[in-house]
Amino acid sequence: MSTTTAHPPPRAVAVTGFWHDAAYLAKRYPLGVAGAIIMTLFVLAAIFAGWVAPLDPFTTNPRASLAKPSGTHLMGADMMGRDVFSRMIHGARISLAVSIGATLIGSGFGAALGLASGYIGGWFDLLVQRLAEVMQSLPLLVMALVITASLGPSLPNTIIAIAIPLIPTVARVIRSNVLSLREMPFVEAARATGMSEFRIAVIHVLPNTLAPLIVLATAQLGSTILTEASLSFLGLGVPEPWPSWGRMLSESAAEYVRTAPWLVIFPGLAISLVVFGTNLLGDALRDALDPRQRD
Amino acid sequence: MLSYIIRRLLLMVLTLFGVSIAIFLLLRIVPGNIADILFDSAGLIDPAEKQKIIADLGLDKSLPVQYAQWIGGLLQGDLGFSYVSEKPVIDEILPRIPITARLAGLALLFSVMMGVPLGVISAVRQNSWTDYGLRILSLSGLSMPSFWLGLLILMAFVHFFGTIPIYDRAPASTWAWLQMMIIPAAAVGFRSAALIMRLTRSSMLEVLRQDFVRTARSKGLSERAVTYDHALRNAVLPVITTIGVETAFLMGGLIVTETVFNIPGVARFLVEAIRWRDYPMVQNLVMFIAFVVVTVNLIVDLAYMLVDPRIRYGE
Repeated sequence: MSTTTAHPPPRAVAVTGFWHDAAYLAKRYPLGVAGAIIMTLFVLAAIFAGWVAPLDPFTTNPRASLAKPSGTHLMGADMMGRDVFSRMIHGARISLAVSIGATLIGSGFGAALGLASGYIGGWFDLLVQRLAEVMQSLPLLVMALVITASLGPSLPNTIIAIAIPLIPTVARVIRSNVLSLREMPFVEAARATGMSEFRIAVIHVLPNTLAPLIVLATAQLGSTILTEASLSFLGLGVPEPWPSWGRMLSESAAEYVRTAPWLVIFPGLAISLVVFGTNLLGDALRDALDPRQRD
Repeated sequence: MLSYIIRRLLLMVLTLFGVSIAIFLLLRIVPGNIADILFDSAGLIDPAEKQKIIADLGLDKSLPVQYAQWIGGLLQGDLGFSYVSEKPVIDEILPRIPITARLAGLALLFSVMMGVPLGVISAVRQNSWTDYGLRILSLSGLSMPSFWLGLLILMAFVHFFGTIPIYDRAPASTWAWLQMMIIPAAAVGFRSAALIMRLTRSSMLEVLRQDFVRTARSKGLSERAVTYDHALRNAVLPVITTIGVETAFLMGGLIVTETVFNIPGVARFLVEAIRWRDYPMVQNLVMFIAFVVVTVNLIVDLAYMLVDPRIRYGE
């Protein structure tokens, strides 16, 4: 079936308008759509941070030090008098850049490795499997911490430190998919037409692993956000002057629990809300794209 | 069975060997060794002094020799000396292990005791308001950073009791220990509870649809007996696997939770060692964490085999 490239496949569903589709999705996956809306709001806030944030996130103001939430400071101000709401909007940039970047890099390398490992098999597969076991015997945060310790804290290093631990998980899922796909009749058909193995793997096998890959990547988006927050909270993530939600919490930790609770509540709320959004979206995508992966 | 266990043990050794090489190299990729760092931070200027530090720490030897010395010592229980405190690494690590182990045990207990019953209720009342509420609760548990949850609980304590239950000295009695640990345990265990709840729910739903459950019902057994004696027993099996997976995750959560609650455990110590660039400490701590994770996974697999006689590995 995959060799009939001359004709486009017939459309299964009649062409419908955007609003019709949206209404259908909202009815079928209400929670998933809610998750998508939350994610979209955060992404928009991150992209247009300069316009959305009412004040400059870096400007210090001694007179506003630890100001309570009010008309000028919607979510209060921190020790140095910087506006918490504006810092949170700009923090969305860091949080999303790190998590989306790490997820893309981790999933990309993981998928390539899983495809190669499942398709080539033999000693290469064995080697990749053992390596994955080695990497998976360390918790995500521990791996990320050690990689940061080795590379030093910076924005790109944080992305790399979070991306690397994702690789084995993705590689394993894609590998198991490839193992069953490579026995499929369409692969045999492609081989019969004289296609090279590399082309079969990339053109016929890879696209069929896209659904589980998307599901997995969405599920991991949440855990990358949490890992970035933990790293920054421990002071080993994205360094100053970038406002990161995790570091906003560490700056404000123990002592402000008593004196300035708004410094603790809002950044944590932002982290939880955006992760909640990815989880809702991830669950709906899993149900829609890959019912077998249900836990 | 025995041959399976032996094979698993060999694989475990191989994995730990891989971890040791990975961590050893990772901490040495970046140019600049501890002597340089000490040199800069302590403001030492005498090059002879620097050479002496390098020689004392064995940093002048080639990487394979350094690695062999580390592993050779490790196998004999000699983990070397901390760069920072200059005390034997083992004396620094050992006393911290029970603190973290007990906290992890309590967190795991909390998560099972909360996750399994709530998961069952959620499944039995599928698509009711109770079910929706519990599902949102479990999804929130998976979305909240554990350190934030810990801070929120601390905040509630300040508000209602005026004090913070933070670790300032070793607790005198078991009761005092429990009072001190229950909040950090709940904060770090909430995520695992949420996951166990989710898993119990979907596993219960699966089992409740099966034929033997219908048979039990048609025999006239009470709904209670069907749910708890027949369904739950089978539904709980996959949950055991999660406990293995969650141990690794719990370790990550413990690192931040011990930091928030100022608990002098082994997990927080890793962060301190990384901040101080105390590499002998970091590499041994990482080995210890990997050892715990791999061992727990093996125990869980074996327990699974004992609980479910249908599973026979390696035959």
